[in-house]
Amino acid sequence: MSTDTLSSTTVSPGKLHAVLSRTPRPAVASGLAATITLGWRALLKIKHVPFQLFDVTAFPLMMTLMFTFLFGGALAGSPREYIQFLLPGILVQAIVFITVYTGVGLNTDITKGLYDRFRSLPIWQPAPIFGALLGDVLRYGLAALMVITLGLILGFRPEGGVPGVLLGTALVLVFAFSLSWIWIIVGMLVKTPESVMTTSFLFLFPLTFASNIFVDPATMPGWLQTVVSFNPVTHLATAARGLMHGQQVLASIAWVLIASAIVTAIFAPIALRMYYKER
Amino acid sequence: MTPAIEITALAKSFGATRAVNGIDLTIARGSVYGLLGPNGAGKTTTIRMLATLLRPDAGTARVLGHDIVREAGAVRAKVSLTGQFASIDEDLTGQENLVLVGRLLGLSWRDARVRATELLGAFALTEAATRQVRTFSGGMRRRLDIAASFVVTPEVLFLDEPTTGLDPRSRNQVWDIVRAIAAEGTTVLLTTQYLEEADRLADRLAVIDHGRLIAEGTSRDLKSSVGANTLHIQLVTTEDQSRAREQLTRALDAEVHSGADTCSLSVTIADVKRVADALAALSAAGIDIAEFSLGQPSLDEVFFALTGHPAQPTASQDSPAVAQETGT
Repeated sequence: MSTDTLSSTTVSPGKLHAVLSRTPRPAVASGLAATITLGWRALLKIKHVPFQLFDVTAFPLMMTLMFTFLFGGALAGSPREYIQFLLPGILVQAIVFITVYTGVGLNTDITKGLYDRFRSLPIWQPAPIFGALLGDVLRYGLAALMVITLGLILGFRPEGGVPGVLLGTALVLVFAFSLSWIWIIVGMLVKTPESVMTTSFLFLFPLTFASNIFVDPATMPGWLQTVVSFNPVTHLATAARGLMHGQQVLASIAWVLIASAIVTAIFAPIALRMYYKER
Repeated sequence: MTPAIEITALAKSFGATRAVNGIDLTIARGSVYGLLGPNGAGKTTTIRMLATLLRPDAGTARVLGHDIVREAGAVRAKVSLTGQFASIDEDLTGQENLVLVGRLLGLSWRDARVRATELLGAFALTEAATRQVRTFSGGMRRRLDIAASFVVTPEVLFLDEPTTGLDPRSRNQVWDIVRAIAAEGTTVLLTTQYLEEADRLADRLAVIDHGRLIAEGTSRDLKSSVGANTLHIQLVTTEDQSRAREQLTRALDAEVHSGADTCSLSVTIADVKRVADALAALSAAGIDIAEFSLGQPSLDEVFFALTGHPAQPTASQDSPAVAQETGT
């Protein structure tokens, strides 16, 4: 590290005494202000380490290119036909994969000792968790923008127009938030950020591939069709596809909302309890 | 006035390990108090309980009169913790880290920025203000970490191993900072494995081993509980040795030991004032002295005497004190 010149600057006793003297203590930030501040922190992290956004989206982007051009012709007659089908699903996959970062971030903060600082502050205790979730909105939004932009370049033409695309994306975000709670739990359980990643892939690959993201399940064996039909990701992909192309998919939307509510209702209280209990 | 910290029969286990096994301790306000002990002695666990990060299994502790379990919020509002690992965000810049803490503590964006700039200046970090913390050296991180604890000046600062892993220069800077903190009235509870550090910084200290408090007092108390002072004398010529021995024995009424070579002698003395008598006796007998030194037993020896095993690792001694080997 080239910090020798800087670290050799001396601490000035005069200035030290001035800053260390007791100052009146302000009223502590409200829960909302603390959450927003910690959300701001998530934003700064994206600004300083933009790569964290890219490395998870790179995979779905690569899949988009690969599937569209390699299999598009075989699966849907032409790459252009296929991307109309594939892109909403790829968006689902991209966002679902990024949810892991909630857990990775939490685990990093715990292992680095940053959580000790937050938790020893007189703030609303779960603020760091809600702040991280707030930061995720931005992360998911940026990832969605990247995927959709690539899709548009490759010929994706959503018939539902801008409102359809926004609604579809919003639904994906709702589901992503419910999934984040699971990663918060994993983030508190495992020892290193890397193991959060490893654990997540064991779960996310089957979750996203055993679905209708890439192909119509009609060609799958019967037992797999059953699995796929119960996979919430299938319903999410169907709903997102429907919304983006202006079709009626109320049943799937309801399915996704109920699944998200159930996942949140189960995992959010467990996550928060574990977070409190950690002390 | 209530003491800064009152600990009664505090205990905490992790599985089968009793990390803290019944500690009683009272720490006065405005002092620098050192918790001294080797790795795994229970120092960090104690501090984490006091900073409300861990819940004790048994016993109670009050920080500035507030119970650490029932009034955790009130404790958090008055203390700061600088953990063993720099508890700052590596991805953010120095300035951003301090603004973050300032905002969480309720400063306006403007005040948080002003305070951050002030702190960075005082902690010699101005030039690094806009760099990501991951590019900081160990000493810079440590200083930023302590600065983050003073965004709003706490009444009690918990400082967990403040100089572990730092080079001597950075360590001296941290020592200067700790002294300045104490001079401005904040009570400091620091943990250290370095005996020299405890000796230099702490007004009083507690020696902790295997989760138990094994000694408490000023470093002078601890040293004298182990042994009195030792006078070392280096003679000019070997021929004087037996005469010098005789004179010293008579003057001090104590047993005189031979040192490492035939020119040196050492004698344990109960009262420092009698050193003058001893030197006068030698001078009167016409015995020339090359040099002499009066040393207290080192804290290393104190630790060994109290626990039966050495504290490790030993501090790097870049500035040896007057203390010499006492030839145990």
